[in-house]
Amino acid sequence: MAAVSTEISKVDLTKVKPYGDTMNDGMVETAFTLPVPYGEEASEAAKQLVKKMGLDEPAVVYSHDMGGGYTFFVVYGKCQHTVDFTSIKVTKVEVEIMDRLECQKFIEENIKRDVVIVGASTGTDAHTVGIDAIMNMKGFHGHYGLERYKGIEAVNMGSQVPNEAVIAKAVELKADAILVSQTVTQKDVHIANLTNMVELLEAEGLRDKVILVCGGPRISHELAQELGYDAGFGPHSYAEHVASFVLTEMVKRELK
Amino acid sequence: MKSKLNLDQAVITEARAYAASIARNMQEFIEKHTTVSTERTVVRLLGVDGVDDVETPLPNVLVDQVKDAGGLPKGMAYWIGNAMIQTGLSPQEIAEKTALGELDITKLPLASAKDAEEKIKPVVAESLARIRQQTEKRNEYLRTIGEGRRPYIYVIVATGNIYEDVVQAQAAARQGADIIAVIRTTAQSLLDYVPYGPTTEGFGGTYATQENFKIMRKALDEVGEEVGRYIRLCNYSSGMCMPEIAAMGAIERLDVMLNDALYGILFRDINMQRTLIDQFFSRVIIGYCGIIFNSGEDNYLTTADAYEEAHTVLASQFINEQFAVLANISEGQMGLGHAFEMDPDIENGFLYELAQAIMAKEIFPNASLKYMPPTKFMTGNIFKGNVQDALFNLIAVWSGQSLQLLGMLTEAIHTPHMHDRYLAIENASYIFNNARALGEEVQFKEGGIIQQRAQKVLADAAVLLKTIEKEGLFYTIEQGKFGGVKRARDGGKGLAGVCAKAEGYFNPFISMMLGGEK
Repeated sequence: MAAVSTEISKVDLTKVKPYGDTMNDGMVETAFTLPVPYGEEASEAAKQLVKKMGLDEPAVVYSHDMGGGYTFFVVYGKCQHTVDFTSIKVTKVEVEIMDRLECQKFIEENIKRDVVIVGASTGTDAHTVGIDAIMNMKGFHGHYGLERYKGIEAVNMGSQVPNEAVIAKAVELKADAILVSQTVTQKDVHIANLTNMVELLEAEGLRDKVILVCGGPRISHELAQELGYDAGFGPHSYAEHVASFVLTEMVKRELK
Repeated sequence: MKSKLNLDQAVITEARAYAASIARNMQEFIEKHTTVSTERTVVRLLGVDGVDDVETPLPNVLVDQVKDAGGLPKGMAYWIGNAMIQTGLSPQEIAEKTALGELDITKLPLASAKDAEEKIKPVVAESLARIRQQTEKRNEYLRTIGEGRRPYIYVIVATGNIYEDVVQAQAAARQGADIIAVIRTTAQSLLDYVPYGPTTEGFGGTYATQENFKIMRKALDEVGEEVGRYIRLCNYSSGMCMPEIAAMGAIERLDVMLNDALYGILFRDINMQRTLIDQFFSRVIIGYCGIIFNSGEDNYLTTADAYEEAHTVLASQFINEQFAVLANISEGQMGLGHAFEMDPDIENGFLYELAQAIMAKEIFPNASLKYMPPTKFMTGNIFKGNVQDALFNLIAVWSGQSLQLLGMLTEAIHTPHMHDRYLAIENASYIFNNARALGEEVQFKEGGIIQQRAQKVLADAAVLLKTIEKEGLFYTIEQGKFGGVKRARDGGKGLAGVCAKAEGYFNPFISMMLGGEK
C-alpha cells in the first residue's frame, strides 16, 4: 500500500491563483450572456471564449435560451494565471474609517463646532449621482450622506457648477473642505477640470486653508494626489470614508 | 372579510378621515395656484410639440413669453384661445411663429375669457378624444391578448439608449415580465423642460421624451402580441415636469407612472408648493386615461429605518389615497408604494415585513399595491442578494401585491444586465407559482408577533395622521417627519414657477377630465 501524504500544499504567495477546494486548482465560475441563439454552437462558443479568458478545461454547467437570439451561460474553468502577492502595492487613503456616529462623536470631542463641507459636480459634468451619494440625506447603498451627519453642514451645489462658483461658496461659508465629483471622464475632461480647480485655489491663496477631495468612478487616490488633491475616492466609497478623512485631516492640519 | 391581523376597523376609519381632511386642506391651496409646468401641460394637450432652433421645447417658449409678460395668472388656455381668435392660427402654428419671433401672444388684442374658452373647446375635445382612443386601445389589448397574473412582474431597463432599451425590454417580456419601466437619466427630474426626440445618451437611464415613449410603446405592443400578453409601460411623471410627462404618457399610452410629490420634495429637493400643485393636474390626467400611478413611500425607507418608521409609510399611503380620490382616480389605479427594506440582521425581520405587506393589503384591498425590493441592504454579494429577493417575492405572493418591482441580485453594482433580469424573473416566477395560494391557507396566531406588529404600525400611523391634520402637511414636511428629511416651504427648486391664479383663470382639461366621460 502506497504511503498516504497527510500534507496539504501551502500557498506560494509569489504565485497565487484561485482556490476551489484544492490549492492551485484555479477554479473560477463565470456567468455571462452571448448574443447568439441557444444551442450546441452557443455552448461551444462560450467554452472557447472562456478558454481565451485564460481558464482551462472550460465546462458549460448551465445554459438558458433567453429569447431574441441571446443565451445565458454559467461556465467553470481553471485559471492558468498567477499573481505575485508579495509585490503588490496599493496607494490608499490612510485613515481610520469611522462610521456616522463615530464621526459625530469625533466632531464633538475634537473639533467642537460645525464642520462645513461644500461639494459639487463641477465643470461640464451634469451627473449628480456621485456627489449625491456622498452628500445627500439619502446617501448611497444604505450609507447615509453627509447631510445626515450631526455636526456637519453639507452644501451640495449640484452639477455643472463652475470651479469659480464652488470656491466662492466655500469662501462665503468658510468651508473646511471642498468635494469635487467627476463622473464623465471621456477624453480625460476630468483631468483638465480637476487641475483647474487646484490652480484656482492656489492663485487665491486658499489651497492650504481647505481640505480638497475629489471622487468618481474613475478616480483613484493615486491620481488625486498627482493632481494636487488631498485625497481621491473611487467606487465603493461612502460618506463615512470622506467624512473620516476630512475630520482626521482637519485635526492633523490643525484647521480647527 | 375578517382581518387576519385583527386590525381595528375603527382605527382604519379614523386614520382615513384624517388623511381626507389633510388632502382637502391642501387642495384649497392647490386650487388657488398654477405653475409653469402645469401651464406647459395645457399647451402640450392643446397639441403643441417640437423645439425651436436652440432646442427649447415650444411649450416652454410660449409659457416663458407669457410668464415674462406677467400673464401666467390668467392661464395658458386663455392666451392660446385668445391668440387663436386674433390670428386664426392653430396652437401649433402659434407656437412656431412665437419661436421664430414673429408673434408675441401677450401683445394681441384681448378677447374675453369666455370667448377664449369657447374658441379652444374643439381643440380640447379633439385632444381628449385622442387620449380616449389610446385608453380604448389598451382595453382592446387586455380583452384580446390578455395580461399576466398578479403580482405583475415589473422590471426596469436603463441603458441610456432608447434603442438598446428596446432590445432589453423585449427580451425581458419574453422572459416573463409584465411591466417594463424605462429608468430616466440621472437628474432629468430637475430639468424644467422635457427634452425632445429620440435619445441615445443618458447616465443610469434614458431621457423621458415623447418620441422615446412612442418607440418603446411600439416595441412592447409588438412583443406583447408575440408572447400573447399585454406588456405595460412605465415611466416617471415626477420632478419639475410632472404633469407634462403625465400628458405625454396619456398620449403615448403608458400604463404605469411613478407620481409622488413627496418623493420630489424629500429626495430631489423640489419646492413643495410647486410639486403639490403639479401633482394634482398630473393625477387628474392619470386618472382620466387609466394609468396606474405609483407613489414613492418605499423611498422613505432608504433614508429612514424601515422598522422604526414603518408607520410613516402607512400614513403616506393614506394621504396618497386621498389625493388620488380628489383627482378622481379609481382604486384599481392606485399603486400605493411600500418596500421590503428592513435590515436583514433583525431577528424575525421577515415576520415584520410580512405584517406590513398584509396590513397594506387589508387596509387598501382594491388598490394595486406596488411592492419594492430590497436595495438598502444589498451589498454586491449577488448570491445573498438572490436570497433576499426570494424572501421579498415570497411575501408578495403571500400578501397579494399587485405590482412587484423585481429585486436584482446585482443591485448596488450596476443597472441590470440582461441575465440579471432573467435570473430575477426566474426567481419570482418560481416562487409565485410554488406558493400561489399560501395567503389563502395561512392564518396568524392571535396576539402573536405578526398581529401585534401590524396593529402597532396602524395605531402609530393614525396618531401621526392626527398630528399632520392639526399642523398641516407643509409644516409636517418642514419638521422632517417623512424619511427624516426636512424641507422648507419656500426652499428647493422651482418655486419661481408658481403663481396665484387671477380672476377668470381656466384650465379646461381639469374640468373636462374630472367631470367628463371616461
